[in-house]
Amino acid sequence: MIGAAVSRTLGSRGLPWVAGLWLVVLALSPLYGDNYIVKIATFVALYGVLALSWNFIGGYAGYPSFATGAFVGLGAYAGAICQNAGVPMIVAWLLAAIIVAGVAAAMGPVILRLRGHYFAIGSISLVEIGSVLASNWSGLTGGGEGLNVRFLPGGPDFIARFFLYAMLVILVAALATTIAVDRGRLGFGLRCIAQNEDAAEMVGVPSTRYKIAAFVLSGVFCGAAGAAYASWVGYIAPADAFSILLTVKVPVMVLLGGAGSVLGPLIGSAALVLLEETVWARFLDYHQAILGAIIVALIFFLPGGLLGLRLRWRS
Amino acid sequence: MKPLLEVEKLSKHFGGVHAVRDVSFTIGSGEIVGLIGPNGAGKTTLVNLLTGVHRPSGGVVRFEGVDVTAQRPHEAARRGLARTFQIVQPFPRMTVLENVAAGALFAGQAGSRAEAERLAAGYLAAVGLDRESQRLAATLTLPSRKRLELAKSLAMRPKLLLLDEVNAGLNTSEIDGALALIRRIAASGITVVLIEHLMKVVLSLSQRVLVLHHGQLLASGAPEAVMRDPQVVEAYLGARFAARFAGGDAKSEASHG
Amino acid sequence: MSALYAQVLLNGLMLGALYACIAVGFSLVWGVLNVISMMHGSFVILAGYLTCAAFTGAGIHPFAALVPVALLLLLLGYFLQLGLINRVVSQPVLTTLTLTFGLDMILYNLMNVWFEATPRRVTLDLGRLEFGEVVLPLDRAAAMVLALAMTGLLYVILRGSRLGRAIVAVRMDRDAAALMGIRVPRVYAATFGLGAMMAGACGALLALVYPITTNVTGQLLGKAFIVCVIGGLGTVPGALAGGLVLGLVESFGGHWFGPQVAPLLGFALMLVLLAVKPTGLFGQRGYE
Repeated sequence: MIGAAVSRTLGSRGLPWVAGLWLVVLALSPLYGDNYIVKIATFVALYGVLALSWNFIGGYAGYPSFATGAFVGLGAYAGAICQNAGVPMIVAWLLAAIIVAGVAAAMGPVILRLRGHYFAIGSISLVEIGSVLASNWSGLTGGGEGLNVRFLPGGPDFIARFFLYAMLVILVAALATTIAVDRGRLGFGLRCIAQNEDAAEMVGVPSTRYKIAAFVLSGVFCGAAGAAYASWVGYIAPADAFSILLTVKVPVMVLLGGAGSVLGPLIGSAALVLLEETVWARFLDYHQAILGAIIVALIFFLPGGLLGLRLRWRS
Repeated sequence: MKPLLEVEKLSKHFGGVHAVRDVSFTIGSGEIVGLIGPNGAGKTTLVNLLTGVHRPSGGVVRFEGVDVTAQRPHEAARRGLARTFQIVQPFPRMTVLENVAAGALFAGQAGSRAEAERLAAGYLAAVGLDRESQRLAATLTLPSRKRLELAKSLAMRPKLLLLDEVNAGLNTSEIDGALALIRRIAASGITVVLIEHLMKVVLSLSQRVLVLHHGQLLASGAPEAVMRDPQVVEAYLGARFAARFAGGDAKSEASHG
Repeated sequence: MSALYAQVLLNGLMLGALYACIAVGFSLVWGVLNVISMMHGSFVILAGYLTCAAFTGAGIHPFAALVPVALLLLLLGYFLQLGLINRVVSQPVLTTLTLTFGLDMILYNLMNVWFEATPRRVTLDLGRLEFGEVVLPLDRAAAMVLALAMTGLLYVILRGSRLGRAIVAVRMDRDAAALMGIRVPRVYAATFGLGAMMAGACGALLALVYPITTNVTGQLLGKAFIVCVIGGLGTVPGALAGGLVLGLVESFGGHWFGPQVAPLLGFALMLVLLAVKPTGLFGQRGYE
């Protein structure tokens, strides 16, 4: 919410400008960096998509969703299976997004009746269910062996750039949707739901429909990004695709940046990916422990997110 | 007088507890009706049944002739059936203006957020909260929160407004201010049901009074007549006082208590 | 045929006793502190590793190691809660769950470095009992009996001791308990400690029957979720019932539909229950 306040002070005209500048920095990475830098930029874009997606349900609607890993995993498998069945790559990504949106719309009415801890558990179990399904439905998913996805033909430079721009396109779509939601009826209604769901119903907010909309929005871009990721790395396995780590990391990114705002998820995801890259490079053995320590420190020292810091300095 | 709200044999039980039992009444368009009863009589449950918060166990609710028994709260709000909460329920991290704009946008006739905020400013002025419009709702005092609750309901452009204990927790001068406000609301053509246990408020405002006791409708009629009804007196003050009040035959009435 | 079903039933009960023991501490913490402890699976595995290390390193019998290992986990849990989790205990689930997940990442990583993630196991070979065609391996039987005994011990602690009564009081009404002079932060710490202790006892038993590896921490946590949803939150009898139901469902489901399907059934049951009856099959009662 502090993030939202900062967004307001930035003004509705300043907001797309800052986000746009950030997109340009990412898009120009092939000009100022090697393929490693481009890979990092692609990851920043990927996590930006996931963080913006989570923000619909977790930030605006205030529901502690841990379903991100399920959406990404489902998208990755759906895309890979479609592609291996001969569907052109980009069409496969679109199909993956539609499939994930459909599953989110079907699961939404069940798990969105839950609140608080029960919702958290229900959404996290979607990740486990996906992982168990992917491991055991060998005919379709290759089981524990995983699934190979046909590589895109072309040199490493071309592939690196292709997937950077693919992720950026998805990021732009997610960002545009976020801005539209933030300014529109849906965003306003979701904020009402986050602050007092009963009162929201009472002023006429159709809370069930709005929550399902937020849940579907939080799935659809994850589905596309998951499918694109599968095409990028060329191989997926159940535990990596349906990742509990991912499902918790993404909300952490949004909390880091400030939930319920447009810029918060972008800032948080970029900060954590860059931090992780620098940590990863140095302490491979303790990578996870350090990330864990960062999360713990974040909870204690940054309750309002990075955007909150600025506000505290000013006041 | 055209009936706006018709309630037929409405019942609600939670497990074995009958909170509301076989309650029937109608509210005419333009009326001001008081709904009274001792604490625990089932008043708030009844309001929850009328606005879709609880699904009735039996009976029918009709609003403007349409069966709305199974409606959800947001549907009630959009139909023009608004209510305030006994315990005020603002959106705490929104400004006062945004709180009221929510009512205008989701249940009222505002087509956009900008229009909703413009309308909201008007309703805030009407309840005397215009100077607080940019404050966060969580920082308001209790009387101001009650006004906010009213402004929010008005912004929903209700046909029927159910005011659940809007005066609870207010002091005498604050109550007088609230009463004047309710009179103005009623004068603007909105049908009002006052849910109260403060007799003074009900008697001074209502054209008609419904008395609820142990989940059942005990009496209904003009305020003075209802107040003289021995059953009503007994429900409020106990059997012994009622016996003295009515001059004797309390034994036969005790079965109501 | 009936012998086959008797065997499936027996396996289900043995599995269920372990699940109950795993979940009861998790359920206690969730019910009393309103915190979902993402560390619970790692606590179990940490205790398993310690038990294995005591066995292979010093020849300590797992039954003898159980008590010190459980006490060690009690201390770990107590101080984690007192020093860290207490600071955010009243915050929304997103915060507390994320914090315990961060702590779990640290513990998980350290275990991988210390114990090198290779599966270990204590093999005792206590022999087996045979009733006709039904086979009861005694190491499993011992684990089941001890698991039930530990679960019963927690019940006794909560019902009979001063601490137990304080925990029940805090669970029912934290503010009233504080007014009566109960030091709520200490009670929270003790509760989290007891939860970790139960995980510790379970881990020591688990080392007898399953290979101990960090790969399964998430699965163990998942079982604890499911048991809590089946049995309802925060009661020992609920966790016991939930554990047994899950054990039987997995055992019979595995028998009928194949072993791969078994883990799915638990989650499916959980989702259905969440949809129709979020307080669990047996409703929600106090922790007494």
